Amino acid sequence: MRTNGPLALAFHTIFVVVMLAPIVVVCLVAFTPEGFLSLPTHGFSLRWFREIANYPEFVHAFWISLGLGMLSSFVALLFAVPVALAIARYQFRGREALMALFLSPLMIPHVVLGIAFLRFFTSIGMGGSFAALLVAHVIVVFPFALRLTLAATTGMDRSIEMAAVSLGAGGWTLFRRVTLPLILPGVISGWALAFIQSFDDLTMTVFLAAPGTETLPVRMFLYIQDNIDPLVTSVSASVIAITMTALILLDRFYGLDRVLAGKSDPGR
Amino acid sequence: MSFLELEHVAKQFGSQTVVDDFSLAVRKGEFISFLGPSGCGKTTTLQMIAGFLEPSRGAIRLEGHDLTAVHPARRGLGVVFQSYALFPHMTVAENVAFGLEMRRVPRSQRAERVAAALAMVGLAGYEARYPRRMSGGQQQRVALARALVIQPSVLLLDEPLSNLDAKLREEMQIELRQIQRTLGTTTILVTHDQNEAMSLSDRIVVMSQGRIEQIGTPQETYERPASAFVSQFLGKTNDFAATVDRTANPARLVAGSWQAPAPVAVAGPVTISLRPERISFADVGLAARIVSRIFQGNHWLFQCETECGPALVVRQNDGKPQPAEGEAVRLAWRLEDMSVRSSGGAA
Amino acid sequence: MSTVGTTAPQAVVASSEPSAAGTPWLLSAPALMLFVGVLVIPLAMTVMLSFHDWGQYKGIEPVFILKNWREIASDPYYAEMFWRTFRIALLATAITAVLGAPEAYILNRMSGRWKGFFMLLILGPLLISVVARTLGWALLFGGNNGLVNKLLISLGLINAPLPFMFTETGIVVALAHVMMPFMVLSVWVALQRVDPQIENAAMSLGAGAFTIIRRIILPQIMPGVLSGAIIVFSLSASAFATPAIIGGRRLKVAATLAYDEFLNTLNWPLGAAVAVLLLVALALIVVGSNALIERRYAEVFR
Ligand SMILES: Nc1ncnc2c1ncn2[C@@H]1O[C@H](COP(=O)(O)OP(=O)(O)OP(=O)(O)O)[C@@H](O)[C@H]1O
Ligand SMILES: [Mg+2]
Repeated sequence: MRTNGPLALAFHTIFVVVMLAPIVVVCLVAFTPEGFLSLPTHGFSLRWFREIANYPEFVHAFWISLGLGMLSSFVALLFAVPVALAIARYQFRGREALMALFLSPLMIPHVVLGIAFLRFFTSIGMGGSFAALLVAHVIVVFPFALRLTLAATTGMDRSIEMAAVSLGAGGWTLFRRVTLPLILPGVISGWALAFIQSFDDLTMTVFLAAPGTETLPVRMFLYIQDNIDPLVTSVSASVIAITMTALILLDRFYGLDRVLAGKSDPGR
Repeated sequence: MSFLELEHVAKQFGSQTVVDDFSLAVRKGEFISFLGPSGCGKTTTLQMIAGFLEPSRGAIRLEGHDLTAVHPARRGLGVVFQSYALFPHMTVAENVAFGLEMRRVPRSQRAERVAAALAMVGLAGYEARYPRRMSGGQQQRVALARALVIQPSVLLLDEPLSNLDAKLREEMQIELRQIQRTLGTTTILVTHDQNEAMSLSDRIVVMSQGRIEQIGTPQETYERPASAFVSQFLGKTNDFAATVDRTANPARLVAGSWQAPAPVAVAGPVTISLRPERISFADVGLAARIVSRIFQGNHWLFQCETECGPALVVRQNDGKPQPAEGEAVRLAWRLEDMSVRSSGGAA
Repeated sequence: MSTVGTTAPQAVVASSEPSAAGTPWLLSAPALMLFVGVLVIPLAMTVMLSFHDWGQYKGIEPVFILKNWREIASDPYYAEMFWRTFRIALLATAITAVLGAPEAYILNRMSGRWKGFFMLLILGPLLISVVARTLGWALLFGGNNGLVNKLLISLGLINAPLPFMFTETGIVVALAHVMMPFMVLSVWVALQRVDPQIENAAMSLGAGAFTIIRRIILPQIMPGVLSGAIIVFSLSASAFATPAIIGGRRLKVAATLAYDEFLNTLNWPLGAAVAVLLLVALALIVVGSNALIERRYAEVFR
């Protein structure tokens, strides 16, 4: 394969710079000593990071987002794993339709989902509750959980299961001791991807969240609707820092490519 | 003057030398094979000729002109890849016509030449097919037609048959040889299959770890391997440790209870190399015992334990009775069938 | 839509399980109930809602009338707003395709370590909240003497500062940035299916660099570009955060308008009608273009 020419590399450089520019700018402005948003900034101060402490809503929203993300992706997997087994293992009428239904949250604009959930949960008296948020997030992240578990299930060597059956394993034991460990890498990747979707969702959640159940993106969005000061940039910078730390730790202890590709460890 | 010349060509990737001091002179119309184990630098050498890689050192000349200065698109060489590298979004006819199109051959002529090329590889009538809808052997033929239709000065083939099953591979070998003979195109074939190299080529270049081990006709490389590597790589070989007895006059070459007059050039501990089919059972010679005996239709395969270690013997099935398993036998061979090297290096 | 086709292996181990016909439904039952209860019913309720009546003082009245739909059809404000929504989405899609496809190609030609590093840089922003990314653009645009304008003027590309904040241009630029990873990823996947020797093959037949890209590479990655375009287009047309932050309170697109009707004006039925229309329009566009692409490329790519 040939190498890139100077023109290609110049294009690539500009491309990467533009891709990173807005993020870098947010992080830079977070260190401004000024009381307003301005570019370029003069001087350096941690003032706006200290300011976060005066707004417990942001910290609270962060914990809500974290809890919601973890819980909703976990619940989504509880529902998705049996579906993945059914779809990967059986030919039955309605299989394609079932797949289409379960992947449909990908195709429906999140505004529409937000409106539908808002209408539904207010009409049954659950509007603004964490439970409503949880259920909504489970639906939205379900396709991601399903896709990766399904990939792991279809890619699995069935003869291993047959070997276990021939040795006398069956039913729940077969699933717990053989099937689940084999599809676990895919399940973990599904969980990670689902978590990211849940953690970053704004469009749907902004319809459902009420004071007290606001997620971080919602809190940030509502804040910049009303205020023009660098607080959001310091919050953003903190979240970026946390995300990067998490990624580095994940890469260190598990391997980033394994999460992304749903790969099992190389020994297998 | 030879047609295609490689002079002290070398290729380095970083600090790793992948091809070193590769010199070869190819005559016009010749069929040359690069033969060697995986990773020995065959593809690298071929790609340097094609121009996809630049040599780190050395010169490549075609009819006396420096080829390295020519852009690969202007070298006018035909290349067939191991993966075929057909254009999946073009029909068979479009694939084959592509090179002509690049050469601005008029449309009417193009169709004619495409049809002729396809007919030559036995694919007349497949013009409108897409490559994905063809079998491996058919795709292989399209790739060959695509490379040949531009009337290349040299045809470069990188393991073109390795993805085919054994039977198809044999058919394609015969066909390839026929087409090459008819067109007289100078051809270089990369392969790690010794039978393929033997049956197709005028000369074989045996390579190992980026270096040329031997250049010669198939018979030469098989009968008189220049090194232990070549003899091992080209078919099965028996190696017996032997000594030269200088006290006798004339000096004798001794391996166990087998002995013969020593060749003049050798001294000290030596190794005798022998092809399995050149060993016969005799009344005197190397003492051995038959460990196992396998019938393979037109020949028998004997695994023997001799005084000088294990040995493999192949005998034609001429209908006569053969020694049984466990039987004690004596092995003998003609002096011209063995090659003798001083132990530890090439003769 | 369903990427896992009918090729999935047949059930082999069924001895310890109940009758094979019922098992898959039994396994899917919990998820199916969840989806019917909390997705299908709410969506149906939303469609119903769009036919209800609403008044400033009486609130929502559960009757079946076409008032909202008639208003959307007759008031040019809505036509203009939808047209703007799709125009923005189309432009953002075009930008991601024109810039993202070459970038994916360049990335693919890099050596292993660099490839991984830059992939991480380009896909990494997906992990960062859209709010933060859009905020970054708002800071870069920042009024008439924003960084972007200063750069463009010093490069001599423009004479007077361009308005980016509260304009469609600004929304398009920021949206293209937000959606870019999807396009790069989609083209990248298509490039993985291209035989790495194919460029050499074309070159040996006499093709130059430009011809190789136009005649050999582009046709093969086109399905990837198009499926990336469908993803980017549908996400852009229903985007909320970016148009809300860059577009401000007046420059509305479908998503921000629906949000306004729901949470500010409180005219839920009208908001529902806008949302349902967006859903239907998008579904038609996506299904239609999917069918077109499949027909166009069925012959070549399985
Ligand atoms: N681009 C490259 N960068 C670094 N090393 C390379 C590169 N291409 C090939 N090599 C190394 O050069 C050596 C020779 O490779 P080459 O492809 O020529 O082998 P080959 O004889 O064709 O083997 P095979 O029969 O497996 O195709 C190998 O060890 C390979 O790892
Ligand atoms: Mg090779």
